[in-house]
Amino acid sequence: MTRNLFTRKLSSIQDEVLLLGSMVENAIINAVNSLKNRDVKLAKNVYEEDQNINGKRFAIENAILITIATQNPMAKDLRQLAAMLDVISELERMGDYAKGIAKVTLRLESANIKLPITEIETMVELAIKMLHKALTAFIEDDTQTASKIPYEDDMVDQLYNDVYHHAVDIMMANPQHVDDANLIIWVGHNLERLADRVTNICERTIFVSTGELMELEVDEDEDEFGLEEV
Amino acid sequence: MNTKISVSNFNLHYGSFQALRDVSVEIPENQITAMIGPSGCGKSTFLRSFNRMNDLITSVSISGTILLENENILELHPVELRKKIGMVFQRPNPFPKSIFDNVAYGPKAHGIHDKHELEEIVEKSLKDAFLWDEVKDSLNQSGLSLSGGQQQRLCIARTLAVEPDVILMDEPASALDPIATLRIEDLIQELKRKYTIVIVTHNMQQAARSSDFTAFFHIHEDRAGYLVEFDETQKIFTTPKNKITEDYITGRFG
Repeated sequence: MTRNLFTRKLSSIQDEVLLLGSMVENAIINAVNSLKNRDVKLAKNVYEEDQNINGKRFAIENAILITIATQNPMAKDLRQLAAMLDVISELERMGDYAKGIAKVTLRLESANIKLPITEIETMVELAIKMLHKALTAFIEDDTQTASKIPYEDDMVDQLYNDVYHHAVDIMMANPQHVDDANLIIWVGHNLERLADRVTNICERTIFVSTGELMELEVDEDEDEFGLEEV
Repeated sequence: MNTKISVSNFNLHYGSFQALRDVSVEIPENQITAMIGPSGCGKSTFLRSFNRMNDLITSVSISGTILLENENILELHPVELRKKIGMVFQRPNPFPKSIFDNVAYGPKAHGIHDKHELEEIVEKSLKDAFLWDEVKDSLNQSGLSLSGGQQQRLCIARTLAVEPDVILMDEPASALDPIATLRIEDLIQELKRKYTIVIVTHNMQQAARSSDFTAFFHIHEDRAGYLVEFDETQKIFTTPKNKITEDYITGRFG
């Protein structure tokens, strides 16, 4: 095996991508915990941590561009770097979803409504599991796992529907809580989108291996708001 | 896309040593085909076979066929063949003659002596080689007075002057600086409108940048060169089919 310098650079970028992934996972978990415990301090932490996530994403992007410019990667090497550019942008957007949920915590600080916390927590658990598996498959070049992960999204979609209906019930019972209940829908929406973006990472894993750009599991029933049967 | 040169089961030996084994490939017309591969894989030998430059080496024996538009090149007279298939070498090698005489040399050798006609050919060839504007006022100066990049374009003009169908280039830019290299690459792009171009290069970026098709050669355990993969350049450099090709172009050889 030659090209030791390139291999070292590539593996250090991969490490950074995984680090970014775990920063995003933590941000999401903290955001939902802040919501569950009405923990304003934790929500503010998530808010601030988003700056670090963005900074890390730009640092990785820079390292990838320098590697492309100086190392002339070809074929799979090039696809890996190009895919990582995509993956870090997905992760960064996931960080934004965490920030969005933290924002809801701050807005709901004194609101007196019951959250569908079990559904939300299950959504987070599933989404994080999907993300974790997708990043592992990406780094390990595991196309088999990558092509299965998007199917786990169905459960997340189902829970989103539950969250949505919970919020609608609140709105109908207490019209004065419409604004607050709407924020609950946003939390569900952010988590549902997060799981969708995991599918994009899986698509990149397949691209790295095969060179083919293809969409995994397009949900025909999904409308533009990501809601089913609404 | 028409095939310009069709090679079937081509084998070449230097004495008992086999340099090329069973090469079959179809070189498309009006396209740029790059041949890449490690040193000793036989790519230059293969290129030289197209205009029978290996004939001069007594120990060389060959089998298989190379057809230039259905004509077996082995049955053509070398002078006739080399009018159809011109060659540009690694180091610019202008004759120690004037710029004009360098370009007029080929047409003269092929029997054109009319001064006016020669002037026309020289002007057209130098224009096609993107050199005219730089030398039109100094056609009587020695070809050796030009810079390396200009000398290489002069050699290309010299090749164009006999109006070949095919131009073979054996690492035409390896002795040039990056700017002169890019000028040659631009020139090659222009030339493919009229000519079929086959280029041997050690510079993979050059093959990726400037060719339409790429042939990747490798060395067998017994040191014979063979063709591993031939495809559109875009495919060779993004999604090669063969693992050896992938290892070579990503620099993970051996």
